[in-house]
Amino acid sequence: MGGLQKKKFERGSATNYITRNKARKKLQLSLPDFRRLCILKGIYPHEPKHKKKVNKGSTAPRTFYLVKDIRFLLHEPIVGKFRDYKVFVRKLKKAYGKTEWSAVERLRENKPTYKLDHIIKERYPSFIDALRDIDDALCMCFLFSTFARTGKCHVQTIQLCRRLTVEWMNYVIAARALRKVFISIKGIYYQAEVMGQPITWLVPYQFSHDHPTDVDYRVMTLKISQGLFSIYKLSALSASLARVVSTAEEEEAELDQFPEDMEKMEAREKEQKQQEAQKKLFEGLKFFLNREVPRESLAFVIRCFGGEVSWDKSVCIGSTYEVTDETITHQIVDRPNIDQQYINRYYIQPQWVYDCVNAKIILPVEDYFLGVTLPPHLSPFVEEKEGDYVPPEKMKIMALQRGEKPANEEEEEGEEEEEEGEDEEEEEDDDNDDDEEDDEEEEAEEKNLKKMEEQRSQGKSLQVKVTPGKVKVENPARLEQEEKAEEKRLAIMMMKKKEKYLYDKIMFGKKRKTREANKLAAKRKAYDDAEKAKKKKARK
Amino acid sequence: MEESSGSMRSSKQREEMKKVREKTARKRSKEEEEEQDQDQDQDQIFNFNNKPAEEEEEDEDLSDSEDSVYSGLEDSGSDSEDDEDEEEALDAAADDDEEEEKEEQAQRTEERRRKEGGVTDGKEEQKKDEYEHDSSDEEDIRNTVGNIPMEWYRDFPHIGYDLDGKKIYKPIRNKDELDDFLDKMENPDYWRTVHDKQTGSDIILSDDQVELVNRLQRGQFGDVNFNEYQPSVEFFSKDVMIHPVTNRPADKRSFIPSLIEKEKVSKLVHAIKMGWIKPRRVEDDSRGRYYDLWSTEDSSILAKHKMHLPAPKIPLPGHQESYNPPPEYLFTDEERALWEQQDPSDRKLPFVPVRFSSLRQVPAFPRFIHERFERCLDLYLCPRQRKMRVNVNPEDLIPKLPKPKDLQPFPTTQSLVYQGHSGLVRSISVSPSGQWLASGSDDGSVRFWEVRSSRCMKTVQVGGAVKSVAWNPNPSVCLLAVALDSVVLLLSPSLADRQVVSASERLLSGQDEVEPAEGAGPVTWGEAEGEELNQGIRLRIQHPKAVHQVVWHTKGDYLASVMPDHSSHLQVFIHQVSRRRSQNPFRRNKGLVQCVSFHPVRPYFFVATQRSVRIYNLVKQEMTKKLQANSKWISSMAVHPGGDHVICGSYDCRLSWFDLDLSTKPYKMLRHHKKAVRGVAYHRVYPLFASASDDGSVIICHGTVYNDLLQNPLIVPVKVLRGHVITHDLGVLDVTFHPTQPWIFSSGADATIRLFT
Repeated sequence: MGGLQKKKFERGSATNYITRNKARKKLQLSLPDFRRLCILKGIYPHEPKHKKKVNKGSTAPRTFYLVKDIRFLLHEPIVGKFRDYKVFVRKLKKAYGKTEWSAVERLRENKPTYKLDHIIKERYPSFIDALRDIDDALCMCFLFSTFARTGKCHVQTIQLCRRLTVEWMNYVIAARALRKVFISIKGIYYQAEVMGQPITWLVPYQFSHDHPTDVDYRVMTLKISQGLFSIYKLSALSASLARVVSTAEEEEAELDQFPEDMEKMEAREKEQKQQEAQKKLFEGLKFFLNREVPRESLAFVIRCFGGEVSWDKSVCIGSTYEVTDETITHQIVDRPNIDQQYINRYYIQPQWVYDCVNAKIILPVEDYFLGVTLPPHLSPFVEEKEGDYVPPEKMKIMALQRGEKPANEEEEEGEEEEEEGEDEEEEEDDDNDDDEEDDEEEEAEEKNLKKMEEQRSQGKSLQVKVTPGKVKVENPARLEQEEKAEEKRLAIMMMKKKEKYLYDKIMFGKKRKTREANKLAAKRKAYDDAEKAKKKKARK
Repeated sequence: MEESSGSMRSSKQREEMKKVREKTARKRSKEEEEEQDQDQDQDQIFNFNNKPAEEEEEDEDLSDSEDSVYSGLEDSGSDSEDDEDEEEALDAAADDDEEEEKEEQAQRTEERRRKEGGVTDGKEEQKKDEYEHDSSDEEDIRNTVGNIPMEWYRDFPHIGYDLDGKKIYKPIRNKDELDDFLDKMENPDYWRTVHDKQTGSDIILSDDQVELVNRLQRGQFGDVNFNEYQPSVEFFSKDVMIHPVTNRPADKRSFIPSLIEKEKVSKLVHAIKMGWIKPRRVEDDSRGRYYDLWSTEDSSILAKHKMHLPAPKIPLPGHQESYNPPPEYLFTDEERALWEQQDPSDRKLPFVPVRFSSLRQVPAFPRFIHERFERCLDLYLCPRQRKMRVNVNPEDLIPKLPKPKDLQPFPTTQSLVYQGHSGLVRSISVSPSGQWLASGSDDGSVRFWEVRSSRCMKTVQVGGAVKSVAWNPNPSVCLLAVALDSVVLLLSPSLADRQVVSASERLLSGQDEVEPAEGAGPVTWGEAEGEELNQGIRLRIQHPKAVHQVVWHTKGDYLASVMPDHSSHLQVFIHQVSRRRSQNPFRRNKGLVQCVSFHPVRPYFFVATQRSVRIYNLVKQEMTKKLQANSKWISSMAVHPGGDHVICGSYDCRLSWFDLDLSTKPYKMLRHHKKAVRGVAYHRVYPLFASASDDGSVIICHGTVYNDLLQNPLIVPVKVLRGHVITHDLGVLDVTFHPTQPWIFSSGADATIRLFT
């Protein structure tokens, strides 16, 4: 029994973590200052693996930071500035208390300020890094710019945010960087591609906010300040970039000849071409916005794709032409009907613009006329993988997109034709034969569906049921399938415990996914059936 | 200061004009104050001194320009410096009216004239005039009631009293409304008529009076001639005058430097030295307010904070968040109810999908700011962790095994069902020739079946639930051991050649003479008699306790029986049939024995207790190995025909394969069954083994054993056989292979025996 006794919590994870309070004391900062510093420097708490060990045996809930992180903060020059500010406030208070106005003035003049550029540079070593993180800052900017002057935050902040957002939008317009738009119940999502980085931001609807009481605006404001720099840079860039865009792209096209993989290159070229086409989506079209539509959003989107847009003079400054202009091709209206209509223009609902942008083609305007029930507005951010549920509207749009190219998949068209055929049938007259046909079709569809489900389920070692009638027809294939399924089942039995667990987990997830997809499909089918029945009733 | 206060006092009784004057005066006095704080005291003195001095001065300096200045001031009345004059005037009269003012002015000029004449004279003059110009007389004194509310006299015929104390009567005819109206319509002067309450008479205002009222209403001075924008005269100017303003000699302190100032300055100097007072900060605008932060790429910073994890982005919205989602994404009533019931943290979606028919109907999202704030909190409060997401194709996880097709033959389909028993069939056994199948059931009978035809050839009623049957593996005899209650019966079913039957008879009746030598042991051997003999029962071996299992040695001469009992060491007996001898190989109790088995080749004996399998060398009388089964309760055991491998089934659904050469731990644990494993069996020829379980299935596995010691046995499940019906939670109870064919028999709780080929 030689040597010193080992003491507890003097090595290992206990020394790697530090509680928030201790860290605060070490930095000699107040809690708000500490928070500010953490936000600015991007330091976040860590969850230790063994909380009890780190917490020195206690189980009290505490926030832990890595000691390394705190040491990193120790070297931050801003910490000194925070302390200076504290002293400044104290002195100012004293001067006020003594009513020494000259001292107050003198102190005011020497108010300590700090700059964040070195922190920004440190957190985002390159511009691309900053762009990657700009999403949240942009969201906050757009939110703050919609605030009224209620004293919840500084008016200057609101004005600054407003200016930045306008500059940002100008940049996006100039660079034609917008890719996707989505009207959600929360607000409008935009996605732009800047220097290859997809940037998504959310703009709330233009209503006054009822400010919740439990929200700390200081935190939110701080968050904004992080993004400012990149926006500054962007806005500065916007003008120059717009000019450069055309030349740069030509260069790129030339450069593209180098890669050896021809197929890849072709694909990329195709994509690029498509993107180019999308950028000029609304070119040559002239829009007029009625006063009830969201002007800023629509003007932004239309201009991003090269369209011309104007609005009533009384709504806002900046209108370029009147309603009476004969060259207007589309007027965007969001009311059930309109009194005075011009013949040579389309009166459409605002959703058309957004749907066109997402579909990357000019969609037929018929579905978007006044008073017409709009087709569902789909999210452009959803990318369906195999086995996922794809709403029929999306299929239609995909078919339309493919319709431009000569190489077309027949399936989709067939489906479409079928649908059209159905429609025609319905339109003709509703006889009993018609009904029967419909029923037959439905049956066939159901069978198909079942088959599909079975095929899917085989991936999951479900028991395959054989209906007696069909066995004879498909005997060899089915037998083979069955054999394979059994083989798999037996092989699964031989899996190791760990792998089996993992496998079960994956399969459970997959199964849940298909279940959800099936549920959606069933819901859709029920809805469609109900609609059909309603139509028929109405006709009778 | 004193100046302004003095003017204040005077202004109280003065008219508006004065106020304006004061203002300018006050302003000026303030300026003076700031410029020369220190002269205050002197000023005061100067002011006090001024009064008596003034007249003399005036006398003396008549020729001076000052006189004109004074007179000008007097006219305008805009200067406060002439307070003294006014104070004098105040003594004489407090003036309220412009008329008065004029009079005053006139008086002053008079005064001045007199002053020119003689000073003393002028003072006397003033006293005389005092009551002539008393402005208090100015008020209307026809009515002497004073300043009282006139409605007090409403009910009286008079309205007050005149100077002589007589009643002043109200005008005889009071106007009524009609008169008033007519007056309004007809009288051109109605608009300038004012009712005097004091006298009760109407006064028509003159043009001058109307003009005055208008001016006052407009906020102008009452005096038309008054110029409010007169050029102000600088009292203290930059020009140094030849003469001092006062006669007072300068103080001493005005010649020596101020100590207070020195103290103040030294304090400031000290503060600057110590760095307490800093010079005004200069903005560093060398790089401009906005500049390109990333103009120079600097990779050195990159390495500084390598561990930093970027925050995950907000998940992008799906179709359900749309303002006009496809109908399938909307909630049904049940889904909505469920959503509302759920805790906010459990909800799949943080919002309810809603459909709006047009964009104008979309309201503001009430929780927008909340969500943004929560996101902010997440960004700086949430611990971040790099999570390794397994990106595995599940197909890759499935082990690559040889195809069952290549491992044929093995039983695949159920071909025969042996029906006849009325209770669950506990045990089955196949004759070494493979022609006969014996089964023992809970209904108290042992049946003999022909394998190929599924015919029941013979039924022997033994009078008790049969726990175990075992066919003698020696092909030259035809004997069956049956365990029921505490008896082991030896049957000679006579289902073979005469030769074989006689050989078995001989074996049973061989050593009669040895038996009495044994005499009194725990086990007694007895011959069957009468009816039993006819049925084929030859020997009864009576045990002290209930027997659970009987097993033959490969040679066919030895027979082991198991009587599981915790408390005694008499759990296993080994009987020698030819000599009718029984012995208990173990002296001590090592746990509850479940089943036993003989080694097919060597003199080893396997004993399976609850958790382990012990292997004894019967020749050396010692334990050679103890296998840890890693399961809770072993139910059955089978030894590979090669003798180097053992499989154990257990009640906790496992099947463990032991390689005796490898280790005492199971080489493989197979968890194929869902329920307790009841029976296991090896095929004697083919590399197959099977396990039967309570879940009603029999799983056939391929188990190749290589002669090469370095190569581990290959275990592949090849077939799951189902057919038995689960009754009373019991499925398949026993399983056994055909000795030569790749067939398997299984007996179940549904009173059937099934053959799978």
